[in-house]
Amino acid sequence: MHRLDPRGKIGVAGLFAVLIATAQTYTTILAGLALSLVFLALAGLPLRKVVARLLVVNSFIFFLWLVLPLTYPGDVVWELGPLSATRQGLLFTGLITLKSNAIIIILIALVATVPVITLGQALQNLRLPDKLCHLLLFTYRYLYVFEEEYRRLVQAMKIRGFQPRTNLHTYRSYAYLAAMLLVRSYDRADRVFQAMLCRGFHGRFYSLRTFYWQRRDGTFLAAALLAGAVLFCLEWLKPSLG
Amino acid sequence: MSEALIALHNITFAYPGASRPVFQDFNFQLLPGHHIGLIGPNGCGKTTLLHLIMGLLRPQAGRIVIFGEEVNKEKDFVRVRQKVGLLFQNADDQLFCPTVLEDVAFGPLNQGKSPALAVQIARETMDRLGLTGFEDRVTYKLSGGEKKLVSLATVLAMQPQLLLLDEPTTGLDEHTKHRLIHILKNLEISYMIVSHEHDFLNHTVKECCRVHGHCCQPLPHRAGEEPVSTCKKTVSAPGGEY
Repeated sequence: MHRLDPRGKIGVAGLFAVLIATAQTYTTILAGLALSLVFLALAGLPLRKVVARLLVVNSFIFFLWLVLPLTYPGDVVWELGPLSATRQGLLFTGLITLKSNAIIIILIALVATVPVITLGQALQNLRLPDKLCHLLLFTYRYLYVFEEEYRRLVQAMKIRGFQPRTNLHTYRSYAYLAAMLLVRSYDRADRVFQAMLCRGFHGRFYSLRTFYWQRRDGTFLAAALLAGAVLFCLEWLKPSLG
Repeated sequence: MSEALIALHNITFAYPGASRPVFQDFNFQLLPGHHIGLIGPNGCGKTTLLHLIMGLLRPQAGRIVIFGEEVNKEKDFVRVRQKVGLLFQNADDQLFCPTVLEDVAFGPLNQGKSPALAVQIARETMDRLGLTGFEDRVTYKLSGGEKKLVSLATVLAMQPQLLLLDEPTTGLDEHTKHRLIHILKNLEISYMIVSHEHDFLNHTVKECCRVHGHCCQPLPHRAGEEPVSTCKKTVSAPGGEY
């Protein structure tokens, strides 16, 4: 799984993300979820980490459960004072929950297993806009630098006895911290650009990496396309059959 | 006498908003084959001088002649940057590619070399600097000394005819400093080093001069030591007569 060409994995993940996101029936989405679990099994990731990631996503979905069933118009199935949950609302929220989880699992299995650097290069290779790919790569490269800078600033505050409290001094200090980070990032961006100019940069990046499309990538893509076709039939052809 | 590699004539430069200019009627020249150390207190304009030569800053008045050609516009400086390498003070500004090999190959690629040739040059340069095996290392995970040496490799890979180094020893341990001295001594090109470390300069350059607002004053001797006979007067006196 991890030796597969990242371009294939990204393409397949994109395909299923779109299919599952646009599907409206439980059959298709459950099939999608099953498929995502197959990918996950193939990726062989530590289950604990996957569950931790899923919990983060589902904590957002939890808020949907608080609101959607109560506000969606339809047949009332449950009432508590002025609040009433509808059957359609519950079904709809369930649909969203399954969809999100299926898509996230697919992304975890297929895309998150690709190192960010390779991901950027693969996206570039797939003819995505250069600006977006560079944004991804530069963000990744300098995230650590900024984190370090942030830590240094926080340490500098701490060693001079700064303790966050609920007062103006604290808010002002945090504002200074944020502003200083922003200014430093801007300056650094300037210097990085200067350094690039000095090395003959003229607005174009050249990639050293070449990706090799192998037979196993073809097999993977073909299998994925077949599964995609099944999902498509389940969702969009079933009504005409029935 | 052979033609100066770099000649600055009556340069005036002030940072926007600054009360007084860094340089006023500043004159300077560097002759082929010379190795110069630039010293002076913080803020005297050492880095500014290097940035003026690279065209990262533009003087308000005066002429800059590099390799016998007057340079004014960005287009001229683009050519300069093909031949003059600048090693930045902070390696994190210089290294922006994900992996070491890509960073070292960035310059040669910009010079229009094919990826295969760029990789070959990058590898050769890295071998020369004792960085064999660093190809796939991630730039932000390198140690301070490694970052500095890789930065130097990225500049040398462009096969410059002149090298400018901005405080190359900042934060380096003794071992890395000695490696740097060894590398510089084996270079066949002219270079100029901005540094506060007399010991390092003693090992790497034959002449030192102190940067002033009007000129670079050749340094006859240092306080409390014997006159350094190797620091000869090779740069212009105030008034700039060549």
